[in-house]
Amino acid sequence: MEAKNEKLVRMVNISKYFGEVAALKEENFEVGYNEVVGLIGDNGAGKSTLIKILTGVHTPDKGRVYFKGEEITYHSVERARELGIETVYQERALGEQQALWKNIFMGREMTTHLGFLQVKKAKKETDKILKEVIGFTAAGLTPDSVVKGLSGGEKQGVAIARALHFKAELIILDEPTMALSLSETKKVLNFVKGIKEQGKSCIFITHNIYHVYPAADRFVVLDRGRTVGEFIKKDISLEELVDKLYLVARTGEISQ
Amino acid sequence: MESLSRGPTTKKPKEKKTKTLRHHLKLSEFKLQWSIFAVLAALFTLFIIGDPRTFLAPDIYYSFMSTIPFMAIMALALTPVIICKEIDLSFPSIMGISAWMFASLSASTGNPTLALVISLITGLLAGFLNGILVAKVGLPSLIVTIGTMFFWKGLVLVFSAAGGITLVPLRGTVLFKSLVGRIGGAVPAQALWAVGVAFLFWLILNRHKCGTHIFFTGDNIESARMMGIPVNRVRILVFTQLGFFAAFAGILLDLEMSYYWPTTGEGYLLGTLASVFLGGTSVFGGMGTIFGTFVGSIIIGSLETGIVTIGLSGYWTNLIYGLLIVISVSIHSILRRKA
Repeated sequence: MEAKNEKLVRMVNISKYFGEVAALKEENFEVGYNEVVGLIGDNGAGKSTLIKILTGVHTPDKGRVYFKGEEITYHSVERARELGIETVYQERALGEQQALWKNIFMGREMTTHLGFLQVKKAKKETDKILKEVIGFTAAGLTPDSVVKGLSGGEKQGVAIARALHFKAELIILDEPTMALSLSETKKVLNFVKGIKEQGKSCIFITHNIYHVYPAADRFVVLDRGRTVGEFIKKDISLEELVDKLYLVARTGEISQ
Repeated sequence: MESLSRGPTTKKPKEKKTKTLRHHLKLSEFKLQWSIFAVLAALFTLFIIGDPRTFLAPDIYYSFMSTIPFMAIMALALTPVIICKEIDLSFPSIMGISAWMFASLSASTGNPTLALVISLITGLLAGFLNGILVAKVGLPSLIVTIGTMFFWKGLVLVFSAAGGITLVPLRGTVLFKSLVGRIGGAVPAQALWAVGVAFLFWLILNRHKCGTHIFFTGDNIESARMMGIPVNRVRILVFTQLGFFAAFAGILLDLEMSYYWPTTGEGYLLGTLASVFLGGTSVFGGMGTIFGTFVGSIIIGSLETGIVTIGLSGYWTNLIYGLLIVISVSIHSILRRKA
């Protein structure tokens, strides 16, 4: 069992069918401890299906999922969260009209045993998170700021900080840079670096290789339900990777 | 954490932008409440100018305190429903069936306390039914509550055979005195109940986990669900409590009138809804204040009397209602957009 413990996540021989369509075909996927994995692929490549199996939304038709060496036999969103797998969706992470401190503790409020909010404590904690985890001190954001006023990148930062604060081991970012400006994208990449610095792991899902390249340690390229390429960043330059992706797009194969 | 902080190049302009933004947001949060309060102040200034003799004496205010609480209590309870991005049109009918339940039971059993409890439970269950139909069956609340509105109204007519019930024997009981008595011989007890209910709602919405869950459910139900907020339970709860408070308002009205009318509840729908929206609660969910609703209900509740007292004919009432609502809601919307 030693070998299994080396990885945070191991997904072995995963197959998933939707009716006749195979979304995943005997896919193997791993995430190491303190590793940032860029999961790349076009729409319909199977990225979402793979992640939804990992986060308990879907149950695989075939195959096994291990987290910290232990097999996950019961697939549910709650179970995945208990284990420390947290997904950050761009549009579905925060309540726009609510204050930051409420968002940080959304669904996990700091309360007295009667359920009354410990407002001061929560605000103080939020202030700490803003300063230490996201570095928001310069932005003039306070725990009382309303989310609506934040930029797209900042919103992701809050969601990531929240996940880290609640001891997530693996943070999954689903297209975090979609529809973001260049400087906002840069911010998100900095947050991803922050995940790494805190010793946690991250899956960064995107179809934009330029966005994920600076942040990831390893790249997994999916196409039509299976891995067609896997690269360690130090072995491959951005240009080479882009070339390979063009090849995949044309032929569905990477000659390695 | 070096790498996490903003880059030096983006730091400066960004800082300025978010700071003014934050300023706006905070200000507007107060502005919404101040603007509605200003409308109230302006209205009463007009009343005082129009008829200083009446509006500088306490009697008219005691009269307001006796008539406004029924609507105010329902408006307060309706606020969490609207914040939750739902709507309820059936509460006046629930008020009706509960009022009938209270009146007929206390007349037939001679035990008003028992009647009170059963009436409140009736309201609670009627609200719960709305909640189940919305959250579990998945029907839109607008349609569900149109249905239950007719149903409860119809049930009242069937049961009561459109007949009234006198409640005069209840006068002088402890229950009567504590719910609608005159404190110090002047202040109607129901006004204190309304203030108490307002405080309770303020406390729950702003200082309790439950309130936070209501705001998040209305703001973004998907993210609330993902963050582990029991959104269906929250939605059932907001409808249930409205049923309960509609029943409470019905009982108060029964007692205040000392008579049950089979039309009890009629005429409360639009005024109550207007109070909530006038108070700045957003129909799009996730935003609203108890203070706003409370002030809104005072405005709506005092308008008609005020208009007639200052010498305008009652025909003006609807026109001024309409103007006030459109103007206030426009102000809210503009303030919010600036944010």
